[in-house]
Amino acid sequence: MSSKHFRFPVFGQVDYFGQPQHSAASYTPSEEKQRTTDPIVTGSSVIAIKYNGGVVMGCDTLCSYGSLARFNNIQRVKQFGPKTIVGYSGEHSDFQSITQLLDDLVIDDQCIDDKSQLSTEEIWNYLARVLYNRRNKVDPLWNNLVVMGFDKKTDKSFLGKVDLYGTCFKDDYIATGYGQHIALPLLRKAYSPDMTLEQAQKLITDCLRVLFYRDARSSKRVQLSYANANGMEISAPIELETYNWDIGEAAVKSFDQV
Amino acid sequence: MMEPLRLTALPAKEVPMRQARFEPYVDNGGTVLAIAGSDYCVIAGDTRMSDGGYGIQTRQYTKIFQLTNKCVIATSGMQADTLALRKRLETVLSRYQKEHGKPMSTPAISQYLSNTLYQKRFFPYYTFNLVCGVDEDGVGCIWTYDAVGSHERVKMSSQGSGNQLVQPLLDNQVGKFNQRIVDGPRELSSEQAVSLAKDAITSAGERDIYTGDFADIVVINSTGVHWEKFNLKLD
Amino acid sequence: MYRNQYDSDITTFSPSGRIHQIEYAMEAVKQGSAAVALKSKQYAVLVSLKRSSSELGSYQKKIFVVDDHIGIAISGLTADARVLCNYMRNECANYKYVYESDMRVERLVTKVADKSQVHTQRYGRRPYGVGLLVAGYDQTGAHIYQTCPSGNFYSYKSISIGARSQSAKTYLEKHFEAFEGCSLQELIVHGLRALRETIPNSDTGLTSKNVSIGIVGHDQPFKIIEDEHTAPYVTIIHPYRHILEMIDDEQAEPMQTN
Repeated sequence: MSSKHFRFPVFGQVDYFGQPQHSAASYTPSEEKQRTTDPIVTGSSVIAIKYNGGVVMGCDTLCSYGSLARFNNIQRVKQFGPKTIVGYSGEHSDFQSITQLLDDLVIDDQCIDDKSQLSTEEIWNYLARVLYNRRNKVDPLWNNLVVMGFDKKTDKSFLGKVDLYGTCFKDDYIATGYGQHIALPLLRKAYSPDMTLEQAQKLITDCLRVLFYRDARSSKRVQLSYANANGMEISAPIELETYNWDIGEAAVKSFDQV
Repeated sequence: MMEPLRLTALPAKEVPMRQARFEPYVDNGGTVLAIAGSDYCVIAGDTRMSDGGYGIQTRQYTKIFQLTNKCVIATSGMQADTLALRKRLETVLSRYQKEHGKPMSTPAISQYLSNTLYQKRFFPYYTFNLVCGVDEDGVGCIWTYDAVGSHERVKMSSQGSGNQLVQPLLDNQVGKFNQRIVDGPRELSSEQAVSLAKDAITSAGERDIYTGDFADIVVINSTGVHWEKFNLKLD
Repeated sequence: MYRNQYDSDITTFSPSGRIHQIEYAMEAVKQGSAAVALKSKQYAVLVSLKRSSSELGSYQKKIFVVDDHIGIAISGLTADARVLCNYMRNECANYKYVYESDMRVERLVTKVADKSQVHTQRYGRRPYGVGLLVAGYDQTGAHIYQTCPSGNFYSYKSISIGARSQSAKTYLEKHFEAFEGCSLQELIVHGLRALRETIPNSDTGLTSKNVSIGIVGHDQPFKIIEDEHTAPYVTIIHPYRHILEMIDDEQAEPMQTN
């Protein structure tokens, strides 16, 4: 929470020599504009790869409140228009705001009714401008966005990323959040551009499983999203097959296999 | 009169330090360099984009952009700012082309870039630029900038995270500064410049963690802009 | 002279339900020299007749580049056309800035039409006294549009506007079914033939000085062909071409005499 009236001294963080900050100790509602100075309800990693004939994206369904696993069943991917899916990590509420923007964009686009739609790449570029503009106001939308799509006309997959600074790039495989540290090296080792859908699916679930084992802000309830010649699909949540975490005898053996 | 409601009874000086505010800059790293001759200009830039720390976001991000058929801009620093700057330049250049019926000259672009950077003097583009190409007479030219628009026309220059490693090499091999004996013709040939550029960017990749993966080598001369990919270390 | 009671104001209907000021603006389009537009599957072509105010003056520009994929030919007030052209260039540049792609032709034309419409409804405004032929190529193919001062716009296979454009239309109506499969060169020749119909017999006819051609299409950014570059096309449609060719042949091979 970014509000200033619930602050408690933390050992090592007390500034004994700084200027007295009266404003911080008193609550004045109209003091200043609210902005995201740190994320509150956050999603962790999103990972996605291009394979031969499409794109697969995977992410879990957890949104944490600090270290608390607060919302266990939040869908962190969303489809916009007929050929684009966006997955996010970072602040949940900021993404909801982005959702509104993109829904408006896609609906306005559809209303023009000229038999053409915004391509995935155009939506990705639009997002990059939105996030860059917000960082220019020092009022960022605290998200890493992974944008994927498949254009049936040109038979081309698209996979791109935008972050809260407006940094944007396209690549064959992308990971955000903890995935950047844990999944990305795995993807780099295992990736090949002519993977089949099954191979890609396996690679993504394997990465999600490793993330579940090591990232304390992740869960094993995951969703896979697909973009290929058959269209777009966001799967229902799946429970990853992991080691049995029941208490008792099973827990003793766990560290050998984890 | 009632005192304003105090929701915490802490003495003021024990209130924790202000939370770190959002820091709007990130350094995505990367090295670019350029060498100009009397009828050519050679530019090299790596394609690594770091995440501001030890991580690599992508290995395939090219830092050199063609602006006209006589001019490119090579930029390192913060990628998002780079992109915004590039888009601004492209928009202006395309308008200039339509209004004047010819592309903007390289020296004109160099001045325009300086003005653009200075406009954001108090919230700068975190970009380190080289404007490179050939001028109206076909002479190779390079302008080197700081983030807020100070600029200078030079024979050779480098910018970015590997700048400290590359610049002295260029000073020695291209500028031939403070050397009593200079053997052979003073100016490098275009081929020699390409070879030196490759060596320089490879060397930067040896020690600078933000430089590596691949390099774009661009040669500009009277026949246009010529691109080449060159492998660097992936570590 | 007969004076209309209801024609001095853009915001007033006449009892017969017409707005005379708009109709007068439409008349301005007919005063300008003719312009012809036609398209095949892959290409769109603009052909127009340039006027000069006197022997001493240069010819007025009739075709303008809007973006790499769009160009316009104008008829009516050139000054108004320049304003609209600037507007269109700006819109295309803005679109490219946000989406990194070319603006679709219909979307641009809709914007121009919306802008024109405002000038037909607000007190104190004057409608644009210019008609545009917009030729463009985008992801949905080659397009020809005509815009009017009234705020209307129409999509065409081929069309002509300006002075004596009816004669050109007659030519186009006779031949338009063949256009779809035409090569770029054939399209240009058809365009010139249609344009030739608009010139009174007493005039000099089409010359490389008074013709300008705009082409756009697949792998062909919008390009204006003017002055001596139009000569190859102008010679093809020369009325006495066959005779000229015969003379050329004779000069090459003198007739046998016995």
